[in-house]
Amino acid sequence: MIDFVLPSLGADMDQAMLVAWLVEPGDEVSYGQIIAEVETDKGVIEVECWHDGVVEEFLVEPSPKKLAVGTPLARIRLAAEEGVDRRVETGPPSPRPPEQRPPAARKQPLPPVRHLAHTLGVDIESVAGTGAGGIVTRDDVRRAAEVESAVTAPTARQPGSRVKASPRARARAEELGVALASVTASRSDGLIVHADVAGAAVPRVPAREPEDRVAAMRRAITRSMTRSKREIPHYYLATTIDMSQALTWLEDVNSELPITKRILPAVLLLKATAHAVREVPALNGHWLDEHFVPSDPVHLGVAISLREGGLVAPAIHHADSLELGELMERLKDLVTRARTWRLRGSEMSDPTLTVTNLGDRGVETAFPVIIPPQVAMVGFGRIVDAVVPVAGSPTVHPVVHATLAGDHRVTDGHTGGLLLSALDRLLQKPEEL
Amino acid sequence: MNREQARRLIFDALGDIAPEVDPDEVDDSLDLTEQLDLDSMDYLTWMIAISEETGVEIPQQDVSRFLTIDGAVSYLVEKLVST
Repeated sequence: MIDFVLPSLGADMDQAMLVAWLVEPGDEVSYGQIIAEVETDKGVIEVECWHDGVVEEFLVEPSPKKLAVGTPLARIRLAAEEGVDRRVETGPPSPRPPEQRPPAARKQPLPPVRHLAHTLGVDIESVAGTGAGGIVTRDDVRRAAEVESAVTAPTARQPGSRVKASPRARARAEELGVALASVTASRSDGLIVHADVAGAAVPRVPAREPEDRVAAMRRAITRSMTRSKREIPHYYLATTIDMSQALTWLEDVNSELPITKRILPAVLLLKATAHAVREVPALNGHWLDEHFVPSDPVHLGVAISLREGGLVAPAIHHADSLELGELMERLKDLVTRARTWRLRGSEMSDPTLTVTNLGDRGVETAFPVIIPPQVAMVGFGRIVDAVVPVAGSPTVHPVVHATLAGDHRVTDGHTGGLLLSALDRLLQKPEEL
Repeated sequence: MNREQARRLIFDALGDIAPEVDPDEVDDSLDLTEQLDLDSMDYLTWMIAISEETGVEIPQQDVSRFLTIDGAVSYLVEKLVST
């Protein structure tokens, strides 16, 4: 048995509010499954469970009360260790290779399917399963819900009265099993957007108003940046990197890809940074208890600005080992969820080096402020045309200004310089990234 | 698809990316990324949403047609002329 506790959600986050449970007592939970939502000053965070087991009981119900990091939220009976002493979950651990996962029980419907049934008001015990071994699948639940609504709602929508919703809202509604007709649009023109659907799936403590959300985030940024400027003796370095090879190569790659798979130049910059920091591990890790703790994995933080104001810098885990296409997918997903205030606990708690790419918004050079407890930050400006010498002749090429902010308690400019020169070298051979 | 339908679809696709945008206040002839402060990820996400909604593939060389609402509307109307 373990206590599922409110995890740390970043160095400057010591409390949060439980907004919703996404499972129920008796549900099976599996490694990495999102089981709760909490709200911090950086928005709603989806919290994962890092064990396989069964939810024994909730110790806390959703409420506007602020809870301290470490507060036990639920008790989980572990699948593998019946009857062992109660322990406290520490997460998130390093990712576990899939082959080590114990096989999940297949006879009982899986928790997400139970959750879907609960959401749609379907009695799961009465649903006939068509999955392997007769297990009830999501489709079975959806079919049961359709039958039920056909019976109870004879005045079904007429053809042509399709609910007005954005494409991503439709996809999210399908994923969550939410009927679009039951979702209230927050926009004045009645268009249902992604955030409306996300908010309709389970009962929740009312979230903050958007203006409160922005003010709370501003306070969180203020705390973190004040600490950074007070405690971290920053040094700054900059270099100019010729991007013609990288962009020509990327243009060729993209011309063969459908639009859904296309890769942005920012992804090349992220991948190059993840590779470069492997060569300079003194910049990858955290300053904890007055000393540097290096990190073996590269969890690359990505600064994402929000339209309402503010920014978050969640992590892309193991960014150095992801293929470019995979990294693009992760980035796309991360940006979407950041902008709909739906990040995950592990993403918020453990970036080891963060990148800010202000180039898209027009500036040529960014001077980053390190996010504690990290010890460095990389900045990229806008890709611009500049005159560069090629074989002794002035030539116009696209270039990017790369900057590094380093923490003098850990490294000096020489070490930081190694990272920038590695970046330059790696971006000249984009096909090897 | 006519121009009005195309414009509506284009703004619906923007709904998740820039929910605060009022279609009546957008100048269809101006650069969309500057006007609405879209970054390259927003811009790509918007085109993907349009492509998925209409089934129109947008090859890399046609991306520049989407710099303005006018351009995007014309592109969709051309591609969906038979529907």
